[in-house]
Amino acid sequence: MSDFSYGDWSHQVPLHRKISRIDWTLVGLIGLIACTGFAMLFSAANGSFSPWADRQMIRFLVGLGILVSVACIDIRVWMGLAYPAYFVSLLLLVAVEVAGHVGLGAQRWIELGPLELQPSELMKISLVLALARYLNGLGTGEISRPFQLAAALSLIAAPVVLVLMQPNLGTAALLLMCGCLMMFLAGLSWFWIVPTIISVMIAVPMVWRFALHDYQKARVMTFLDPGSDALGAGWNITQAKIALGSGGLLGKGFLMGTQSRLNFLPEKETDFIFTMVGEEFGFIGSIALLALFAVVLYYGMQIALRSRSQFGRLLAAGIVINFFLYIMINALMVMGLIPVVGIPMPLISYGGSAMMTVMFGFGLLMSVHVHRSIVVPRSSSGMI
Amino acid sequence: MSSFDNKEKQRHANFTRRSLMLSGGITAIFGLMAGRLYQLQVVDGDQYFAQAEENRISDRLLAPPRSRILDRFGVPLATSRRNYRVMVIPERTGNLAGTLDELAKVIPVNDRVRARLLKDEGSYKPFVPVLVSDNLSWDDFARLNLDLPYFRGVQPEVGETRDYPYAEEFSHVLGYVAAVSPEDKEKDTSADPLLEVPGFRIGKRGIEKTFDTRIRGHAGASRVEVNAYGRVIRELERKPGVPGEEVYLTLDKELQSFIHDRLKDESAGAAIMDVQTGDVLALVSTPGFDPNAFNRGLTSAEWAALTESDHKPLVNKVMAGIYPPGSTFKTVTALAALDAGAITPDTIFHCNGAFELGSHAFHCWRKQGHGPLNLRGGIKNSCDCFFYQAALKLGIDGLQAGAKRLGLGQTTGIEIPGERNGFIPDRYWKQATFHEPWQLGETVVAGIGQGYILATPLQLCVLAARIASGMQVMPRIVHSLGAQRLSRPAIEPVGFSPDALNVVRDAMSSVTNEPGGTAYPWRITDPTMAMAGKTGTAQVRVISNEERQHGVRSNESLPWNLRDHGLFIGFAPVDKPRYAIAVVIEHGGLNSHPQVQLARDVLALAQTRDVLGRPTAYPLQAASL
Repeated sequence: MSDFSYGDWSHQVPLHRKISRIDWTLVGLIGLIACTGFAMLFSAANGSFSPWADRQMIRFLVGLGILVSVACIDIRVWMGLAYPAYFVSLLLLVAVEVAGHVGLGAQRWIELGPLELQPSELMKISLVLALARYLNGLGTGEISRPFQLAAALSLIAAPVVLVLMQPNLGTAALLLMCGCLMMFLAGLSWFWIVPTIISVMIAVPMVWRFALHDYQKARVMTFLDPGSDALGAGWNITQAKIALGSGGLLGKGFLMGTQSRLNFLPEKETDFIFTMVGEEFGFIGSIALLALFAVVLYYGMQIALRSRSQFGRLLAAGIVINFFLYIMINALMVMGLIPVVGIPMPLISYGGSAMMTVMFGFGLLMSVHVHRSIVVPRSSSGMI
Repeated sequence: MSSFDNKEKQRHANFTRRSLMLSGGITAIFGLMAGRLYQLQVVDGDQYFAQAEENRISDRLLAPPRSRILDRFGVPLATSRRNYRVMVIPERTGNLAGTLDELAKVIPVNDRVRARLLKDEGSYKPFVPVLVSDNLSWDDFARLNLDLPYFRGVQPEVGETRDYPYAEEFSHVLGYVAAVSPEDKEKDTSADPLLEVPGFRIGKRGIEKTFDTRIRGHAGASRVEVNAYGRVIRELERKPGVPGEEVYLTLDKELQSFIHDRLKDESAGAAIMDVQTGDVLALVSTPGFDPNAFNRGLTSAEWAALTESDHKPLVNKVMAGIYPPGSTFKTVTALAALDAGAITPDTIFHCNGAFELGSHAFHCWRKQGHGPLNLRGGIKNSCDCFFYQAALKLGIDGLQAGAKRLGLGQTTGIEIPGERNGFIPDRYWKQATFHEPWQLGETVVAGIGQGYILATPLQLCVLAARIASGMQVMPRIVHSLGAQRLSRPAIEPVGFSPDALNVVRDAMSSVTNEPGGTAYPWRITDPTMAMAGKTGTAQVRVISNEERQHGVRSNESLPWNLRDHGLFIGFAPVDKPRYAIAVVIEHGGLNSHPQVQLARDVLALAQTRDVLGRPTAYPLQAASL
């Protein structure tokens, strides 16, 4: 049982060794993507560091600090924090929901002094942690047992429903997909997966066709796609496609994007920033950015695969999935393939909350990497 | 190997397998994204590029400022003035109604405009600027600009608009400009893109209309980059428009204003011209209208006032008002009869108050008659009987030919649209129209300018000028366009014998300058400026025999619209004529002869000012004569 020595609580790796174990190549890749973001924010402000690029840089530096700090904390500590973090996040979600109802207006965040805390952002990390923790306790095939499956689904469903009520469709979809994919990785039986997929594929059109009245359909359409009846969002997606498309193969050049510079492009510094990349750097530039993302995802999956604990693997994979879902939803949205939902492009879009969430997530990923040799028993509940 | 290790290995292997599947899925999604990017950027890239360019580039036509119209001394009569106006971009105001209320505290905001803007708010693109107020005073505009930081979505702009500084005084000469109507576009054959410029104005009347295409110039274009709100970010390219040509009129602003001022409460027409060249020095029709109001757009009340007035301000009486020339026509009868040899200067006709032809008596205006008169006396006293007989002697054919030679019964060709022919009858016309032969009695009344004869004040002025100069002058009001002098045909002699002309001129001089002449009380006393002329009245009602016996009612005692028209033609100075004038005042045939008084004062002013002797401001001639 020599392997247990790795799991010995008393076995502590010195801090400087942990830091040297951090995969600095991955950090460099993340930094490269963030720099692309700075450049685009610089361009979005018509060639000025203020008001976006400078602040985003500071946030990234803070995020780097968070990344390194989180990476140096033992994954067993994170495991121990998983459930508390999940329940705190859940409570906060309930709190904003209640606060919204008691007349403070619809809010998605809680003010903590100078910080604005978005419980839904917190939940993106917490859900991954909690699911990894829960699934770590299950042996092969156990996830497919009805009780365990129901428990895991409940873990996912609770925050999804709360976020959906905000309403924040994008984040809810992201949480749901992230949770389901983690269950898939944990070995959920095809016996569950295949019928579910088939029944969803059958049910959705059936419900759509026979169970919903026209006005309900219209409501659903409006909910799914605010652009279907509002001038604003329809304009947004049209202009986003023009921006992307007009970049052509090589782009119009840095600082030369007319769609963004002349304000045809809505929310160019946040959700639609990818279209600026497309406009100014063309097909080549946007593919290069997607490739950078893909390399980061590849690194992340490698970290997951190399971890010696199921918790570490699921945690790392969950973070990778989360990061991927951000990219996918945002990219497909600005390309006009899915309805407009408020999901930013990670590391590129201007915004503090998402930057912190993403960097914290990379911290956890890096922690799995740093602590890859630690074996976490199925029965472990982590350490605090 | 423990079972733990086995189970752990199994879990790891399972995870690895599943994560490979997931990676496959992620790769597929990346493939989808790359494919979509390829479709948008490479396949359809050109099309989207075109759309982006269309977004950002806006081609705007530049209307050059409308060229000025000036008088002979360079006084601008029609100019372009800065038009200070305020636009609002509804989208950016946040609250359109609130912004309009705030604006109304600083500048005048028309209630109707406000109501319309609020009503139409939903139906326009919210980023397209809408006009709130224009023709603001500089003070209002400056105040608004001062307060601009407090307004959202408010755009002050400076445009150009036509300005007629003398408003009514030149309204019938210059006409006015107004917005292009759909019919204008249909009629236009020039395919001038300027007509499409929003807010562009074209000439609708007068000189503005005649020379519209030359005054308006040619469109320029500005290619600008606009942002999503339609605001111009920068100009990419500019092709300036070519301004039109400035129009120099032969008019003298001072004479025009003087005449207008005297006639403005009348319904009247007056013209004064150079007897040698036909250059019109003043051309007045009253009442006028304010062309600036037409440019800005008339209110329905203003339009009603113009169309319902019994003084008919929209009729250009001096060239489109036709009147029986009355006794002024006696000069025509005299000249034609003399020239044809029907009478000599010494031919005597008797006047005993009426001339009987067959069973019909033709009355003289002087009931007791004038006794025996020669031609000079006939004109001096304006004896009707003399000219009844002279006309009869001459015959209608000779009279008609003489009248035509003196410019009556045909348009003069002045460069203002809407001129009327007037009318000189002849036997062929009578036969064709009434299927009856010409009657001698009709010749008799024609001799004193009654009957079918009609003439415009401008034609009467031409008549006076031709008598004065003996030349076949035609009135011209436009001297040059740009630096190009308008060509005019050489002026031929009118074709009457100099002796006949001298006799008539001398007779006309006796009208004003000899005691007993019908216009003697209103002569010019300075002998170097003395005028000659001929008075006239034209009845607008039938005088019954009963009234004739009991004494004709004086014009002063009649309602305005039943009074006689008062006419006068004249020229000055007598010995070497330079100026010819004609004045017609509708229902102005009063004993005080206001038309003669006006002619006297105008001729005196023209000579004192030495209008024809002063250096003109005409541009240098490209090809001088």
